[in-house]
Amino acid sequence: MVDLRVQIGSLTLENPIMPGSGTFGEQLASVLDVNRLGALVTKTITADIREGNPPPRIAEFKDSVLWSIGIPSKGPVHYVETLVPFYRQFTPPLVASISADTVEQFGELAARISVPGVKAIEANISCPNLKKDGNAFAMDPEATEQVIRAMKSATSLPVWAKLTPNVGDITVLARAAEVGGADALVVANAMLAMAIDIHTRRPRLGRVMGGLTGPATKPVILRMVYQCAHAVQIPIIGCGGVSSAGDAIEYMLAGATAVQVGTASFLSAGTMLKVVDGLRDYCETHHVGRIRDLTKAMVGPQEVRLEDALTV
Amino acid sequence: MNAQVFPISESMAPVVSNDAVNAEYFHLILEASAGMQAATPGQFFHLRCPGVSGESPLLRRPMSVYRVDRVRGHVEFLYKVTGAGTRGLATLQRGDSLDVFGPLGRGFQMAPETRHVLLVARGVGMATMAPLAESAQAAGARVTAILSARSPEFLMSNDYLKSVGAVTRAVYDADASSDMLHVEAMITALHAEQPIDLLATCGSNRLLQLVKQLGARFGIPGQVALEQHMGCAIGMCFCCVRAFRTAEKVTYRRVCCEGPVFDVRETLSW
Repeated sequence: MVDLRVQIGSLTLENPIMPGSGTFGEQLASVLDVNRLGALVTKTITADIREGNPPPRIAEFKDSVLWSIGIPSKGPVHYVETLVPFYRQFTPPLVASISADTVEQFGELAARISVPGVKAIEANISCPNLKKDGNAFAMDPEATEQVIRAMKSATSLPVWAKLTPNVGDITVLARAAEVGGADALVVANAMLAMAIDIHTRRPRLGRVMGGLTGPATKPVILRMVYQCAHAVQIPIIGCGGVSSAGDAIEYMLAGATAVQVGTASFLSAGTMLKVVDGLRDYCETHHVGRIRDLTKAMVGPQEVRLEDALTV
Repeated sequence: MNAQVFPISESMAPVVSNDAVNAEYFHLILEASAGMQAATPGQFFHLRCPGVSGESPLLRRPMSVYRVDRVRGHVEFLYKVTGAGTRGLATLQRGDSLDVFGPLGRGFQMAPETRHVLLVARGVGMATMAPLAESAQAAGARVTAILSARSPEFLMSNDYLKSVGAVTRAVYDADASSDMLHVEAMITALHAEQPIDLLATCGSNRLLQLVKQLGARFGIPGQVALEQHMGCAIGMCFCCVRAFRTAEKVTYRRVCCEGPVFDVRETLSW
């Protein structure tokens, strides 16, 4: 019997697999048994009601998808009065994802949605900071630390910082979030990208630039998880291009404690459950009694010494 | 707990046949599970299209149901080959299986007292409304279908619609009978003959505008099946939105789960 439980700060998950924010919704309960997931992460909400970006909102590539959704949001009242009660029928912990335009608003919104039924809050800090020329909070270590600190002082719930991959050295941001008091890091959000239709010469997205997700992003985000795992002490949740148990195991070996599945759920709604089953199979085959032992368990590269090669 | 039944499922459906109807259109027939056969008129499936010659679509492709044959246990699709997804679909042969996800979306809504349904569509748009013709006929309503096409060669679904008891009228670009003023006169005459109490359309912005106008003029409800590129197709990713007008504002709605069938009064032209 494999122990699939993992620990994210004070929160125990029955297994390490959960949806990435924005790739999950109450509709999935009509397709699969969501009680088999490690956690339920909902789509990002903002304090105001937002319509989201003008279409087209999606462009497809061979191994990735480019999105420009723009956080359409029904606001905190709808979240607390409709979504939280809906998710109460399920056993996995509910993780709310929030975004805001200023540090203060992050704190205020965290307080408003800290209601019974919500077990952690993910800070989507990849959105533009209106007080800092529109640069994403998560591109700026100072702003990252401030947001997390504001949320921590506004709520007693665990706070997860979802970092952006659109930075030079992600470990600087990882440390800033840790210093701010984050209980975990989610590494990482989508990669800033764009595409042009050469026939119309128009951008393929309504807002020109968007976020790239899907299998092609995995090696890049995996590298960032590996770097962050060597920079901070808090748990890391890997997020980028996971579509199989093998991908999830790779993330854990690189340093992740848990793993989010996103785009792959759109290609096959049952992906997360297949990943959970695959993790159990892997552990049984490789005699891993506790899946948490896989975290940061990558061994170093095989040593090759040129001198030895000479003596053969 | 173990025997949970989910209304939406992903399954491998064996291909019964996949024949070219003309130079551009294919008719795909799949062996369907009971869950697939539960599809109602206007609903769709999200298909994982096979790759062909280096093109391998990552995302699924939404495809409205052309027919549910509950006697043979089939679900059928009528599609035009236009892009990587449909080019892949066109390679399917008897003996292959297709990964289908569904049934999905909110289809046509027909009040039980409906007596005369008018379907008006362009090209393959009629395929989406064919199941409505069948169910309306079964519910005792008269069904009239106006099919618009470039030329007789591209007339879609005429035989099938006739076989389920619909009266069909074809209009063509080739002889200018598809002109909007002519189609408007046809619908007005049909309405005078027996009042129409449901208008349904798909596949043409101009026909949608006409249906909106006539619906408002005669006080008849109108419904339109819309298309949009989709990601998840069940309402989670919010990429398949279109703009709609409600009493208070202009708002984005998801075609996949708030549609694909909408009240024409709330639609904007595209």
